[in-house]
Amino acid sequence: MQVFDLESNSLRELNATLHEQKSNTNKGKWEVQNPRGRHAIAVGLDTAMDVRVMGSTGYYLGGMNQKAHITVDGSVGPGVAENMMSGTITVEGDASQYAGATGHGGLLVIKGNASSRCGISMKGIDIVVFGDVGHMSAFMAQSGNLVVCGDAGEALGDSLYEARLFVRGSVKSLGADCMEKEMRKEHLDILSKLLKTSGSKAKAEEFRRYGSARKLYNFNIDNAY
Amino acid sequence: MCGIVGLFLKDQSLMPSLGEMLTNMLITMTERGPDSAGIAIYDSASNADLKLTVQSDNPEVEFGLIKDSLSAIIESSVSVEIKDTHAVIKLSGEKMILARQALAKLCPGVRVMSVGEKVEIFKEVGLPREVADRFLISKMSGSHGIGHTRMATESAVTTMGAHPFSTGQDQCLVHNGSLSNHNSLRRKLKRQGVLIETENDTEVGAAYLSYKMQQGSTLEEALESCLKDLDGFFTFVVGTKDGFGVVRDPIACKPAIMAETDQYVAFGSEYRALVDLPKIENAKVWEPEPATVYFWSH
Repeated sequence: MQVFDLESNSLRELNATLHEQKSNTNKGKWEVQNPRGRHAIAVGLDTAMDVRVMGSTGYYLGGMNQKAHITVDGSVGPGVAENMMSGTITVEGDASQYAGATGHGGLLVIKGNASSRCGISMKGIDIVVFGDVGHMSAFMAQSGNLVVCGDAGEALGDSLYEARLFVRGSVKSLGADCMEKEMRKEHLDILSKLLKTSGSKAKAEEFRRYGSARKLYNFNIDNAY
Repeated sequence: MCGIVGLFLKDQSLMPSLGEMLTNMLITMTERGPDSAGIAIYDSASNADLKLTVQSDNPEVEFGLIKDSLSAIIESSVSVEIKDTHAVIKLSGEKMILARQALAKLCPGVRVMSVGEKVEIFKEVGLPREVADRFLISKMSGSHGIGHTRMATESAVTTMGAHPFSTGQDQCLVHNGSLSNHNSLRRKLKRQGVLIETENDTEVGAAYLSYKMQQGSTLEEALESCLKDLDGFFTFVVGTKDGFGVVRDPIACKPAIMAETDQYVAFGSEYRALVDLPKIENAKVWEPEPATVYFWSH
């Protein structure tokens, strides 16, 4: 395993070193020490490798990730996994606002709570939160799955397109054009698989499904000025 | 952007190093606000009832005048401690009104930064490290303090536009965000006779809190009414004689993180600001909820 200490080398060197690894690298396992809340750790990776960050980070951990598997032994600041394309990011602690924003693919697992706007404008990413999510989560979410094992805050799924939202606990309120929907077998299958992959012990049957009422994003002449 | 830090000590043995810890936290937030910086620090005044912290653009002359004549004018002993462009005047509580009237006549250019039993406010234009060094903040002791690094959006980069803003005796306010209804609110408050000196949005926020409290609200009630009457983005941290309070607007897009241990409660715009605090790895760390007023006090 390769060890990179952010107290002795710069963040830019860390990211450049990780970017240099090719798919046939024999340096496929990395441990990043002393993150101390720094921003933009392990961003823009595009090779399958394991990166473990030993502590809490600041903004944009693992942004734009492709293929890499990143684990954080701590909590993360705003914008974790922003615009992730593929791979996995696992956060052992909590995540601040807009976790997984605009993500196109891959899996983001948050083992603690996520703050406001979790999964805002998600475009295909799967997000599993073991705890609660804050207000305006999945705002304008277009595609992918948001799984919340705890409770959801105000205005869940406001202006939602076609993302699926699964919540096990309570929902403080639904946003405009978001509604509860029937949980069919196909949804239980998707959810069971996501719970299993992410290591959650929750049962798919305990969740409710929410989705778009599809009234807001279809053109309606009566809404025109 | 802007950066906020706050530290409230539960463990008295940390009091001598409050200034040093706050300075380090403030410097970490330089990237969030390199324009100006300020700090409010709370420590008991020795041998006096009240402390009056003032600022001057011409400190040599004006602070000289204060040293030479203030005591004689108000017929009471005062002590004047000069720190760069600021001076902390310690005096008897019953002479405060007289002293402020005398100051206004003696040196009209002097601005009052804070009044209180414990609070001292220092703020200037410049990088946080330089500002903290000018006022020797790292040498100060105290029970709690808040600091601010400013990236100006709503008004000019000046000393008076820097934070913290005083909102009353032993009270002050720092702000991350921008208020969008500050012009109309300023006009309303001015009609009620409230003195507002700058075009700054946070000064209006501070004046609003002072006005609400003059009308009989407690600080907590005044903060609650901010959620109704202020439009825009804000994470506010308010300093009080005994502690500090936090409130965020309902959208809560301006960051805030808190940490608590047996020894302290700390606030930071980012976790980075908290990483050097003692035993931070064992602290309870969380984000304050939107539209919720929090207080910690002794």
